[in-house]
Amino acid sequence: MRRTRRRSAGNIVLGIFAAAVFAFLLLPLLVVFPISLSSAAYLQFPPPGYSWQWYQRYLDDPSWIEATLRSVQVATLCTVLAMALGVPLAFFLVRSRFPGVRVLDRVTAAPIIVPTIILSIALYGVFARLQLIGAWYGLAVAHAVLALPFVVILVSAGLRGFDEAQEQAAAGLGATWPRIIWRVTLPQLRPSLVSAAFLSFISSFDELVVAMFLSGASMTLPKKMFDNILMEIDPTIAAVSVLQILLVSVALGLTSLFGRGALTTTITR
Amino acid sequence: MLSPGLNRRVIARRRERGLFLLAVPALLLLGVLFAWPVLRLLAMSVEGGTLEHFRKAALDGLYVSVLLESMKVAGMVTAICLVLAYPVAFWLSRAGRLGLALGMFALLLPFWTSVLVRTYAWLVLLGRNGVINRALRDWGWIEVPLPLLHNMTGVLIGMVHVLLPYMVLPIYASLLRIDPDLPRAAEGLGAPAWRAFLRVTFPLSLPGVSAGCALIFVLSLGFFITPALLGGGRVIMVSMLIEQQVREFLNWPFAAALSTVLLVATLAIYALIGRLTRGSRLATH
Repeated sequence: MRRTRRRSAGNIVLGIFAAAVFAFLLLPLLVVFPISLSSAAYLQFPPPGYSWQWYQRYLDDPSWIEATLRSVQVATLCTVLAMALGVPLAFFLVRSRFPGVRVLDRVTAAPIIVPTIILSIALYGVFARLQLIGAWYGLAVAHAVLALPFVVILVSAGLRGFDEAQEQAAAGLGATWPRIIWRVTLPQLRPSLVSAAFLSFISSFDELVVAMFLSGASMTLPKKMFDNILMEIDPTIAAVSVLQILLVSVALGLTSLFGRGALTTTITR
Repeated sequence: MLSPGLNRRVIARRRERGLFLLAVPALLLLGVLFAWPVLRLLAMSVEGGTLEHFRKAALDGLYVSVLLESMKVAGMVTAICLVLAYPVAFWLSRAGRLGLALGMFALLLPFWTSVLVRTYAWLVLLGRNGVINRALRDWGWIEVPLPLLHNMTGVLIGMVHVLLPYMVLPIYASLLRIDPDLPRAAEGLGAPAWRAFLRVTFPLSLPGVSAGCALIFVLSLGFFITPALLGGGRVIMVSMLIEQQVREFLNWPFAAALSTVLLVATLAIYALIGRLTRGSRLATH
């Protein structure tokens, strides 16, 4: 009797601690909502009144919209590239019996571990010589290097859980290989594929350090936000933040619907 | 007619060749836009056959103190994350469906939100006239605003916020892998709950702990955006120094030497913690 009471007291303390940490994690996201609706021209909390003016300003300012569209463009190409290259690479890494495959596995994960600033200035040197600074597709390719390891980790995890005997059965029934991969293997990998694509897109859409060096005069959304934060704290950025948070929530909901929790495996491994 | 053994070998070789062809485009991308540029950068540090730039990085007090400060920040962020993350992971591993869903939402939503959005929010929260100082003053708890921003406190808060999920998730995963019968058996044999935790559950969760620590230490060592915005110039990390050398002084060889030092430190720490993990894994079996 004494013991169950003590254990439940421990559980309550643990629960309160966990709730406090969750509050710490969510607090910054919640605070931008009221600020984005503020009627004051400078940062004031709580806001003296409410208005949509900062959303209006975001939508009316061509430089914000341009930056947003450029980021969408870069992230889309990055996702296409990272998926087109990463999914086949995952097949090789999981299925090959080639002795060097473990080393290649490590090499593939390297872009996560090598500090981004190092890759950024390394690519800056190369891109400057090729006159690719400011080219949106150049930035997209660079982002694909960073997204590739995530795609490989997620798709490999999915592939390891897939029973290869199904492919042999399909082959035995006379299906050709492209058809088997397309109709048998990939549909079953859908959760991993959806999560990998989502992750690639977001990682590029939010990326700042590489973009700071490679985007030149053509702003991406994170760079525009960074400059805005450095220069002045204007609630326009709060409106942009709210839009991003809503976008991520919707995407996260959709991904968990179609991705069946594959997302967490990236970081849990 | 081929013998069956030979036939199988031919098929296997053909399969290997096909698989390798799948990998070629991605490996080319990694070679051309990752391995080559990074190696080329590292080579710049010894351009002209001189170790002058490394000597400057190792002997000049200014640069040494930046390197040490980066290490200190990375160490503190890792320690704070561990202290906050372990209880949360433990709570999650025993939570019901609703608790788990809510907890995962609270972890993943900030995780997927842009670092810039979160850093901006911390600027709003922590400033002299920020939300927190305003609230504390209105409640009469303080008279002078607390210095929360543009110093080490601000940097630590911002970085812990960004990196915390990287610690919670691996620990949570390793707690889930523990057979629940093991701590139950310890309790059945008379161990109090805290002892069963300390002697059974905790040691078995160490692989997740060290995976999380390795990841966070390595990521925070190279951090750039959060310290640049929340540190107010008072907390200088190596990454900021490297950026400054390239952008302001165009001193590529010295930036390359600093990059080499940062990369070697990163890889060494990663390998070291990986080795420790393997040791603890062996010890627990």
